[in-house]
Amino acid sequence: MYAAIHAPGHAASLVACAHEFSPLVEETSPDTVVLDAGGLERLIGPPREIAGLIARAVEEAGIRANVAVASNCDAAVCAARGFAGVTVVPLKAEAKILAPLAVSILSPPAELAETLERWGIRTLGEVAALPDLGVAARLGEDGLRLLRLARGENQRPLAPAEAPAVYQESIELEHPLELLEPLLFLLARLTGELCARLTARGLAANELRLRLKLENQAEHAVTIRLPVPMRAPGTFRKLLQLELEGNPPQSPITIVTLAVEPADPRVVQRGLFVPQAPEPEKLELTLARIGAIVGRENVGAPELADTHRAGAFRLRRGLGPGRGAVKPEGARLALRRFRPPLAATVVEDNGRPARVQARGVRGVVLRSAGPWRTAGDWWRDTIWDRDEWDVALKDGALYLVCFDRRAGAWFVEGAYD
Amino acid sequence: MQPAGSRKIELESLLAGRFDLPLGIREADESERLLVGLPELDGLTGGLERGALTEVFGAASSGRTTFALRALAEATARGEICAWVDTCDNLDPASAAAAGVDLDHLLWVRCGGDAERALASTDLLLQAGGFGMVVLDIAHLDGRAAWRIPLVAWFRLRRVIENTPAILLVLSRTPQARQCASAVLEMRPRGAAWSGGLLRETRLAAASRKPARPAEAFWRAQAIG
Repeated sequence: MYAAIHAPGHAASLVACAHEFSPLVEETSPDTVVLDAGGLERLIGPPREIAGLIARAVEEAGIRANVAVASNCDAAVCAARGFAGVTVVPLKAEAKILAPLAVSILSPPAELAETLERWGIRTLGEVAALPDLGVAARLGEDGLRLLRLARGENQRPLAPAEAPAVYQESIELEHPLELLEPLLFLLARLTGELCARLTARGLAANELRLRLKLENQAEHAVTIRLPVPMRAPGTFRKLLQLELEGNPPQSPITIVTLAVEPADPRVVQRGLFVPQAPEPEKLELTLARIGAIVGRENVGAPELADTHRAGAFRLRRGLGPGRGAVKPEGARLALRRFRPPLAATVVEDNGRPARVQARGVRGVVLRSAGPWRTAGDWWRDTIWDRDEWDVALKDGALYLVCFDRRAGAWFVEGAYD
Repeated sequence: MQPAGSRKIELESLLAGRFDLPLGIREADESERLLVGLPELDGLTGGLERGALTEVFGAASSGRTTFALRALAEATARGEICAWVDTCDNLDPASAAAAGVDLDHLLWVRCGGDAERALASTDLLLQAGGFGMVVLDIAHLDGRAAWRIPLVAWFRLRRVIENTPAILLVLSRTPQARQCASAVLEMRPRGAAWSGGLLRETRLAAASRKPARPAEAFWRAQAIG
């Protein structure tokens, strides 16, 4: 069963009204929309009540429209275009009900309309009475289609338009909010509504955008990019809370707007024998909590920077899929870096370090290897130029010391451990 | 009158299997241990126990970090997600990569020299679950700051990790976790091998202090060329 709504000049409003009754809505023309009313009988009642309810909803939106209900969408469209008010076209009675309507309702091609005019055919009833074979021979495929429409027999699937997808919710407050706690109540509501909307469409979110309009007319914006698409209102709320606790707005809040960026949900089928990994939602929350303790820039997966500068790295937020590193045979001596490097006093003997003294590092050098000269970035401010030495002190400790040739100073870079 | 120690043992044997003793340490079987792939050390320790705290202590250049990175390489090679809670920001990602650690599976938390932050981060990571190994590195922490860590913090970490498949590995200069550690390893440097003007390798020794074993394991770590 299909319901058509016809009202010239209200295309967008008609679509919105139709979506209140069904997710399957076709914009047939700028002044007509058709919705799939199948199943509404069980919710609303017989076709007349369905048509009446749709008409009232349209009227409440301030639109005077014709509403028709029929067993196929084209018959419903014809009835809505041709009859004022509410029309119900019963099954098998389409031809009879549509018969008095003018041919122009069907908007036939100009050539076909002229031919019918010459033949003296002006109503759908007259078109429906024409013989099939004769119409096929004289008017071709267009004529036959017109014939089926006039008889109310045209069966075609609905071509529904996508509903306007808005994943944004906003609340304007009567009294400005000063505390975080009441704001969290509002965020709980907004995240719940947005997640319900995402769930209805089988989507998840990969970004949260919170905008807070402040009393001093400024705007406080928070954007949280999620490592994987999620649909967990509790996690969203907690992430926003941690972010706001770390970076609170500077003035009371008057308008709260929360938007999410929809994305396809992740589909993961983990193997039975694959080791357990942290749940992405839980991991994200944990990272946010740790970020609040140590600073967000201090948490992440390390990445080696593409440079020869010693100790260069980047921290990437979130973990990667795994690269399958090559495990060497036996153990490889690790370096513990001192950040920042320890300023040192080095006594030299024949150009080699003979004694090292720095905070927590002191001793006679028993053995040394070097110098290994490295330099780079001479075209930038971050230029480096230094000589590196591996030294063994009397207490058995091994250190990496370097002489910064630009600064003319010694540093202990780290300890081999 | 029986001494208190023997009475405690008698009481524990009577209650064995009936209660989960609040301060008792459960013995792990073979499948609950991670072998680090160094035969000398695996022979000494039997592998790192899951669901328990293992402490590795020693002086500078004793091989604590090399051992921890080797264990991480084993864990990440199995697809486990691991974390390095770096109290004094000492981790060298290049060394980790050279040791075979899959950096994609390693979460690095830099705590800027604050032990409290490091303990809180470790606690959060263990509570989140899903981590194969968490390394808490307090090896470079000032001795006084390390001793200021209350015993209750170690008890808390031990309770959090219990009955999970995670390994908590603590690197320190002197033993800190005391009775909360199910295994304690002491590392010592035994010298370095030099040739052709290059540092080639270091010779190291490890001894199990808990459970106490008289034997020592001797192992080597190759310098990265």
